[in-house]
Amino acid sequence: MKGELIALASILIFFLAFLWTSQSGLHEWEGADSKAEGVIEELTGGSYTPWLKPLWEPPSGEIESLFFSLQAAIGGLVIGYFLGYYRRKTEGGN
Amino acid sequence: MHIMEGFLPHPWWEIWFAASLPFVAYGVSRIGRMAREQRETLPLLAVAGAFIFVLSSLKLPSVTGSCSHPTGTGIGAILFGPWITSVLSTIVLLYQALFLAHGGLSTLGANVFSMGIAGPVVGYLVYRATQRFNLYLAVFLAAALADLATYVVTSLQLALAFPAADGGVLLSLKAFAAVFAITQVPLAGIEGVISALMFKYILQARSEVLLRLNVISKMDLARLQGGMT
Repeated sequence: MKGELIALASILIFFLAFLWTSQSGLHEWEGADSKAEGVIEELTGGSYTPWLKPLWEPPSGEIESLFFSLQAAIGGLVIGYFLGYYRRKTEGGN
Repeated sequence: MHIMEGFLPHPWWEIWFAASLPFVAYGVSRIGRMAREQRETLPLLAVAGAFIFVLSSLKLPSVTGSCSHPTGTGIGAILFGPWITSVLSTIVLLYQALFLAHGGLSTLGANVFSMGIAGPVVGYLVYRATQRFNLYLAVFLAAALADLATYVVTSLQLALAFPAADGGVLLSLKAFAAVFAITQVPLAGIEGVISALMFKYILQARSEVLLRLNVISKMDLARLQGGMT
């Protein structure tokens, strides 16, 4: 139980930090990956162009979030399945 | 920590491929051996991989006003070591490169190195160094520092490829670390806590497999069972 409480409290603190940041000015909440692109542009004076484009890009933000959720769902499913399987095994019975 | 497709110039993308390849290849052979000799560990391998899937799909807002994601490699590193974890990370990074245009095929070597090798190596060593004090604290530290190390290495990789005109690699490193590493600090904390919780569930379910994998000692187990019940 202690572990769960600590986790809950940490998530709460994390959320409060988010609220606090949100209030102190305008943030775009963009990904750090794309921010790094900005840094590259600054450092090279905009002279660097990527020499390769992704083979395929999700055509919209919705489709991108579809694949992100799919990734999380696959992971969640596997974790839940095996932890449940183990639980059944240790508790025995049918 | 994904370096986008095409964003590492020659020769850097080749260098990181060369650095990662032997690691992943050895990891594959380790998994093969485990599949033959220790079949009972395979479900845990799936759980460790799935944990990376879940955590690296969560983009979280951070105090810097931008978003980033945890890596989830701590559990894999603690249970199976960095070799095998590099393989699990490669699978996730491939998925994200192909279906999400996150990261890329040309930068796969560099991304595998930061997320699949550097992070897990740090996590593994931290766990081994601190496990005798408190298991859960050790997992927390290992997972959080693995996460952080990944982003520091990403910053380093970008800084090496894009040294500032005056100030060189060091100045670039500062610029990239400001974007990646600082954003990552609160995320690393959360990742540490969640990994410790995950570790608790695995321990409750399969402590004898953890014993066999040498993740915990008989003494750890006795101590925990004394305290848990």
